[in-house]
Amino acid sequence: MALMRLSSPHAHGPASTQRVMLKVLVATVPGILILTWFFGYGTLVNILFGSVIALAFEALALKLRGRPIGFYLSDLSALVTAFLLCIALPPYSPWWLIATGMASAILLAKHFYGGLGYNPFNPAMVGYVILLISFPVQMTSWAAPRGLAATPGFLESVQACFLPATFDGITMATPLDVLKQNSSLLIEDLWSQNPLFGRWGGLGWEWVNIAFLAGGLWLIQQRVFTWHAPIAMLATLTLLSALFYDGGSSASGGSPLFHLLSGATMFGAFFIITDPVSSAVSLRGRLIYGALIGALIYIIRVRGNYPDAVAFAVLIMNFAAPFIDYYTQPRTYGHSKRGEQ
Amino acid sequence: MIDFLLQFPLLSALLALVGMAAAFGALLGFAAVHFKTEGNPIADEINNILPQTQCGQCGYPGCRPYAEAIADGEDINKCPPGGEAGIQALADLLDVEPMPLDEEHGEEANTPAVAYIREDECIGCTKCIQACPVDAILGAAKQMHTVITSECTGCDLCVEPCPVDCIDMLHESPSLQNWQWHLPDPVGRQVEIIATDRIESGARQDKAA
Amino acid sequence: MRKVFDFHGGVHPLENKHQSVRTAIADAGIPPELVIPLSQHIGAPSNPVVGVGDHVRKGQVIAEALGFVSVPKHAPSSGTILAIEERLIAHPSGHSAPCIVIATDGKDEWAPLPDTRPYESLDKAELLELIRHAGIAGMGGAGFPSAVKLSVKAGITIDTLIINGTECEPYITADDMLMRERSDRIIEGAKILHHLIAPGETVIGVEDNKPEGIAALRKAAEGSGIEIASFPTKYPSGGEKQLIEILTGKQVPSGGLPSDVGVVCQNLGSAVAIYEAVVEGKPLISRITTVTGEAVNEPQNFEVLIGTPVSYLLQKAGYEPSKNDRLIMGGPMMGVTVRDPSVPVVKTTNCLLAPTPQELPVPPPAQACIRCGMCAEACPASLLPQQLFWFAQGKEFEKLEHHNLFDCIECGACSYACPSSIPLVQYYRASKADILHQRKEQEKAEHARLRFETRQQRLEQAEADKEAKRAARKKAAEARAKSAVDDGNGEDPIQAAIARAQAKKAAQQGGGNESEQEKLEKTVVAARKRLDTASKKLEEAKVDGSDLVDALQSGVDKTRAKLDAAEKALAALGEAHAAVAPESEPTDAAQAAIQRAMAAREAEAALSPAEEAKADLEKLEQRLEKTRSKLAQSQASAGEEKVIEALTSTVQRLEQKVEAAQQALSETS
Repeated sequence: MALMRLSSPHAHGPASTQRVMLKVLVATVPGILILTWFFGYGTLVNILFGSVIALAFEALALKLRGRPIGFYLSDLSALVTAFLLCIALPPYSPWWLIATGMASAILLAKHFYGGLGYNPFNPAMVGYVILLISFPVQMTSWAAPRGLAATPGFLESVQACFLPATFDGITMATPLDVLKQNSSLLIEDLWSQNPLFGRWGGLGWEWVNIAFLAGGLWLIQQRVFTWHAPIAMLATLTLLSALFYDGGSSASGGSPLFHLLSGATMFGAFFIITDPVSSAVSLRGRLIYGALIGALIYIIRVRGNYPDAVAFAVLIMNFAAPFIDYYTQPRTYGHSKRGEQ
Repeated sequence: MIDFLLQFPLLSALLALVGMAAAFGALLGFAAVHFKTEGNPIADEINNILPQTQCGQCGYPGCRPYAEAIADGEDINKCPPGGEAGIQALADLLDVEPMPLDEEHGEEANTPAVAYIREDECIGCTKCIQACPVDAILGAAKQMHTVITSECTGCDLCVEPCPVDCIDMLHESPSLQNWQWHLPDPVGRQVEIIATDRIESGARQDKAA
Repeated sequence: MRKVFDFHGGVHPLENKHQSVRTAIADAGIPPELVIPLSQHIGAPSNPVVGVGDHVRKGQVIAEALGFVSVPKHAPSSGTILAIEERLIAHPSGHSAPCIVIATDGKDEWAPLPDTRPYESLDKAELLELIRHAGIAGMGGAGFPSAVKLSVKAGITIDTLIINGTECEPYITADDMLMRERSDRIIEGAKILHHLIAPGETVIGVEDNKPEGIAALRKAAEGSGIEIASFPTKYPSGGEKQLIEILTGKQVPSGGLPSDVGVVCQNLGSAVAIYEAVVEGKPLISRITTVTGEAVNEPQNFEVLIGTPVSYLLQKAGYEPSKNDRLIMGGPMMGVTVRDPSVPVVKTTNCLLAPTPQELPVPPPAQACIRCGMCAEACPASLLPQQLFWFAQGKEFEKLEHHNLFDCIECGACSYACPSSIPLVQYYRASKADILHQRKEQEKAEHARLRFETRQQRLEQAEADKEAKRAARKKAAEARAKSAVDDGNGEDPIQAAIARAQAKKAAQQGGGNESEQEKLEKTVVAARKRLDTASKKLEEAKVDGSDLVDALQSGVDKTRAKLDAAEKALAALGEAHAAVAPESEPTDAAQAAIQRAMAAREAEAALSPAEEAKADLEKLEQRLEKTRSKLAQSQASAGEEKVIEALTSTVQRLEQKVEAAQQALSETS
């Protein structure tokens, strides 16, 4: 029996790309459950259909590029992209919206750039932003939360996806949107008068955020990613919203707690900006990257045209990631200065 | 004066233009004198990339002339000793598309060669000494000649003139001294195959044999 | 307790050390054949000083060190040198290298050991010489000659001497067993090193996963002033640079030596070897090697002779080849796979790992790098492995160097941590080799360019010189022609030149004749000689009544005929020459003088000893006469005293010589 000759090391750690991706998928489960509880089966149907479409597009792209399909599909990265984009999409999205989003994410943002590992932008966020710009009506209406309207059943939700014309679900503005449009009421009055607001943030939204926070913390505990970027982002968001919170006037941007527990804050912090491919790599770089995203989110939420801002903030900072990495190279052992030869 | 200029805006514009032209012209003239560079710096840089075998396979008498020719627009693919890597480096330097090696000028050798004189056949004619562009052959008339291996660039130029054909070009054989690790191969093609497959292919062939 | 520091990165692979510490260190015995590679470590290979067929005894030097960074090799057991040839060695290339092969005789006879003196009485140079002579090279890692590492430059003070007992690689327990069983030797070795280096403190660093070893060392070190420091287990804390940071908090500057931060590091095994060399006078001919992995039935540690074939050692541990597809010399993180179990154990072989495919599975095909940064977190040198990987793929050498590729210690932590199982270390090794190769090529190209340009310059210069000379000659000729015409001598210079040329030609022809004559003369002499020997042989043959008589007879006849012909030709040439001779008789004075001198010498040579003595005497008498007259002259003219003195003494000397010559003459005649 011929002996093999390989380069050291011969031992390999337990980490594998599949495992990392699988953990991310598992960590989204609490958030998905809460979303389903408050807004019905819409998100679940999105995810089911989106996953199939995403895998199909991935397989197609691999086939066209002449790569082994099974080998690359098994890294589960397409599935993660599908989950993330479908969670971000409004529940009860029509099939064509989901398909367009997946095509943008998988084909345009990922494979046009060379596949997994080579994409400079977060594929899910590219898909999301393309949809947001192209179909603003569909993208800015969100299902009414449980308690304000009847939530559709599962079959109805499937119907909403594939026969959108026959579906007449009740959609409303999101709490972030309401707050943005508000110009006459004190925050306190807004809270008491509008049923969309819950205890700390939007009704339902606060629990969705808490669920994603829990999933994210588990991922940190599992060492899937480091705490640096999410914590920096949340800290900056808190700091800025506290700094500019005037106690609740009608022009106020909302309290720190509201910002933390509204919209896609936690989902973004733990599932979007931690995408390793498109984010900064060095630890100091991740701190800067996260903090700048946090700042951008606040600025766009309060001053920009769009109610939520995670997607834009992430894409803008994706541009900056290589630059941040260049200037945050760690000090190599035995070198007195960073980046010194 | 100012009033006069204000009266004729066209004239003032003209004056301003002439003044600026004079100022910038002076500046450029000063720069041309002060920052003058001797020779052709791009040819120097090209020459630094060329392998300096002085073999003349490119059709020029040595590396320097070819470097100058490239600087004047000659193709960059005429240097077999430099090979694909050399062409790539030249393409990067000159910011042009790399092109495949022009086979007309020879093929890229896998391993460097050195000339070797079969000494008992050498008649001491000194023809190879005159041909050697880097003075790497030692000897005198009617005396046996020999190659200083460390100075030989493997250019082949001594082989042709030898009247008794006693010069061989020897290629380095793989050994412990010149062995080195290779990049895992192939990279980024069909499948990203691991390091093992390359090394193992030899072993597998052994097994098959 | 000592304050220990942490270093960046590191990984925690499964230790798997318990399998091989269950039994004591066993003696591997003497294999039938020992293969000693001439190069076992960093530095120059050694030079064999024994020949094939020589009988060697245990501990005898069989190869000498060549240069400073080299150590000698000793015979690990007694026997006969079987061969000095290329043998397969443990090297990632799988190539062979020159080795000395000893066929052991099983007697294990020691060569006489040198007398030893207490190490306290030895000075630094003597100790270093002892260590070098014992062939000790680092027994943990790359095997740097210990004497070189211990030669601290003058003027550098060493604060800390570190004995490295970390053994951070999984599976390996050689140092652990050494600590458990031979802690007193380790401490004695450490004391010798302490004496040699004279540091501020001496620390033995051990990872906290070896509590028995630490306890044994602590016990042995009581009262010696040597500190045993333990620190949390993390790979690669045993890397020299990492260990220095753990124990001192200082970082060795990039490209520098530990002594730059006041530290000297030695391996635990080397300390024991140094003890044995200095106190017992024994060279390094054996070491402790762990044989482990699931493909051996009895994983354990062996005391094994250097040069023992791996196959022999594996068989001692119950190796099952069918279970094993990869044999690793060293640990699972930095070990080298060997091509064949026939390779020998060398001074750096701390472990032989024979894993089953389930135990250390072949890495799956590499997936895409997702830039997760786990490698950067694991890197003990704080590099950015994913960036380096990127640049290595693109062969961007400048960027690789800018990202400090050469600070990579190839520990393998990045590859271990990589979720996409990319063989990162291989990328770095290949890139390092490529960069070094490129540097060498560039140097060579630069050198060739210089030589080419110098040659060009020289040729141009030679051409220019020639041109200048020709111009000068032309000018001179014109001037001469002009002046000749001006003088109106009537003699045309061209005519004169032609005359000169003709004269020269004639002289050459004469010379040609002479050389022909010489040739003929030579032929005659040679023929005569041949004739003589041939006739002698013929006579002998006749006496013996040999069958060869006829053949010899014809040979003699032929030679005689040739001789006759040559003599005739010579005579003819002589006549012809004589006819020309009067013309070519040298006429000028110098030629005549030379001829006279030659005649005189010939005459002298022809004189008999008596005549010679007589001539000497005459000459001396003449000189004496001359000197005497000179003396008389100076005395008469009241010359300088010194001159008179000198002349007087000369006269006396000459008188003595004359006497001696007269005596000699009387004796000879």
